[in-house]
Amino acid sequence: MNTTLHTELYRKVYTVRMAEERIRADYMGDEMKTPVHLSLGEEGLVAGVVHALTATDKVFGTWRNHALYLTKGGSLDDFFCELYGRETGVACGKAGSMHLSSPAHGFLASSAVVGSILPVALGAAYAQKAQATGDIAAVFFGDGATEEGVFWETLNYAALAKLPLLFVCEDNGLAIHSHIQNRQSYDIATTVKTFNLPVFTSDSTDAGEIHELAATAAAAVRRGEGPAFLLLKYLRYLEHVGVNEDFSAGYRCKEDCADWFDRDPVRVQRANALKAGATEAEIAALENGIRAAIEAAVAKATASAFPALDELRKDVYA
Amino acid sequence: MSTLTYRNAIVAAQVQEMERDASVFLYGLDVSDHKRIFGSTAGIVEKFGPERCFITPTAEDSMAGFGLGAALCGMRPVHIHIRVDFMLLTINQLANMYSNLRYMSGGRLSAPVTMRAVIGRGWGQSCQHSKSMQSLFAHIPGIKVVMPTSPADAKGLLAGAIRDDNPVVVLEHRMLYDIEGEVPDGEYVIPMGKGRVVREGADLTVIATSWMNIEAVKAAEILERRHGVSLEVVDPRTIHPLDEELLVNSVNKTGRCLVADYDWTFCGFSAEAAALIGERCFGALRSPVTRLGFAHVPCPTTRPLENAFYPNAESIVRSVEKTLDLPACDLSGEVFYTYEHNFKGPF
Repeated sequence: MNTTLHTELYRKVYTVRMAEERIRADYMGDEMKTPVHLSLGEEGLVAGVVHALTATDKVFGTWRNHALYLTKGGSLDDFFCELYGRETGVACGKAGSMHLSSPAHGFLASSAVVGSILPVALGAAYAQKAQATGDIAAVFFGDGATEEGVFWETLNYAALAKLPLLFVCEDNGLAIHSHIQNRQSYDIATTVKTFNLPVFTSDSTDAGEIHELAATAAAAVRRGEGPAFLLLKYLRYLEHVGVNEDFSAGYRCKEDCADWFDRDPVRVQRANALKAGATEAEIAALENGIRAAIEAAVAKATASAFPALDELRKDVYA
Repeated sequence: MSTLTYRNAIVAAQVQEMERDASVFLYGLDVSDHKRIFGSTAGIVEKFGPERCFITPTAEDSMAGFGLGAALCGMRPVHIHIRVDFMLLTINQLANMYSNLRYMSGGRLSAPVTMRAVIGRGWGQSCQHSKSMQSLFAHIPGIKVVMPTSPADAKGLLAGAIRDDNPVVVLEHRMLYDIEGEVPDGEYVIPMGKGRVVREGADLTVIATSWMNIEAVKAAEILERRHGVSLEVVDPRTIHPLDEELLVNSVNKTGRCLVADYDWTFCGFSAEAAALIGERCFGALRSPVTRLGFAHVPCPTTRPLENAFYPNAESIVRSVEKTLDLPACDLSGEVFYTYEHNFKGPF
């Protein structure tokens, strides 16, 4: 096992987990006035896929985008400043949690309207091919997005035009509180395959395993073979929006999720890193560093000013 | 200067911009078939190749998002819709994605996409091949909307739209495609937000959009001849950003205003223009601002009802007569525009 690879994957997974836990700790203070859709449970999935991409590959996400932002290189300072609505945020507080981006790191946009980001990623993939950049685009979306017409439109054109687009379906089986069996007459993997593109499926929480799968898929896309599709299952630990568990709501049962919690992505990747040769001291130092960076980011955010009111009318038009 | 049809002026603008900037490309349904969007993409695929002028699946929604994604990565797409009615399938992308992207990125991104759409009356086009919708698009912050009337404006405004770093909707009236006019040779660009006085006059300002300028000029000729009334016809050309000063200065001069918009009146551009004039010209107004637009119904197919649906030179004449307290003149000998002179079906 590769020590550097697994330590880096752990850095990503742990950063997401701790950032989300920090949000949970502060959220009820009502200073972060932005609806949050936390990534708890999908840290391994997102870290594994993003680590298979280059720094200049273009990625697009959803409302549940914190893991994507943090693993693609977005700064913790900008992140917390944005969530606290401060002028130092990545978008001066205008974007909040649901519309995060970090164009300098290739995270171009996220959308909180289901499926609407898919064709935007398609166009970015087209631009990579037309301009022969060698980069690819990757689009993250949930299982619910496959029920939107625009999903099939996007899939069709990506396959038809052989565009360098990696579809990443973050399948938690839930659209808000609605189970997939009550929403879909089709099997996603089977149906997507009929569009003549490779489909890779996994229910692993292991960032290393996901990375390996994603690297295979991304390599095919990068070779110009057209799009590829990752169908990756995970358990959404918390409520759809907000910082709490909601097993008491009755639409799902915690006991049924025991296997997922046993395979918690943070615990799994920590073990991977140690097994790959990192020492306990090195891992502890890494963890301390991440926690310190998060604390510093929160301190910066809470000390930063809110945007001046003239910011309201800026950046509507170029 | 050369004499060009409106459609050939559109072609000229696209050729001009595609020659100047390799990142410009045209795409959409029908753009490279044998009919070429009523001739407005003629010769483009032959000149620039299928990489820069290509048809798409019948999927306007995703193809709109496609343009946005390409634009974010440095390209300048021109997405073409043979009817604005079909472009309504892109409204989610326009209202939820295009318009917000720059703002939500803190000004880091821009979306230089041009959306061309053919609007308006043809030949029994009915309710799904005839709309205009400028008010809907202009309602959304982050989007610009232009409506060229003359061939010169068609060239200059489309070129300006393509060069603009924002999403711009360009609405081209079907019946304007055949009109001819003098168009500047060589590079010609009109920036967004500048209107034009089409005809100078002293007694009443007609703020007219798109085809209504043709009707307003005809009405002005009749009113001059029959009543000695002098209409000023002002074409804002850009719905948003609106050249407010041009409209305000004209009404401050004439003291009266009719807004003749090629769209429904309710919650429409005509209401916006009337509010502007009311707010900024109150002291100069000698009568209330009046408005003309589509009847507030779906566009019918059969000719007599279709005629009643659209405003025209006659309804402008009658409206001005009423405002100025003049008797209704006899219009029976007047020759009005009718598409039968130069337009046959089916589309």
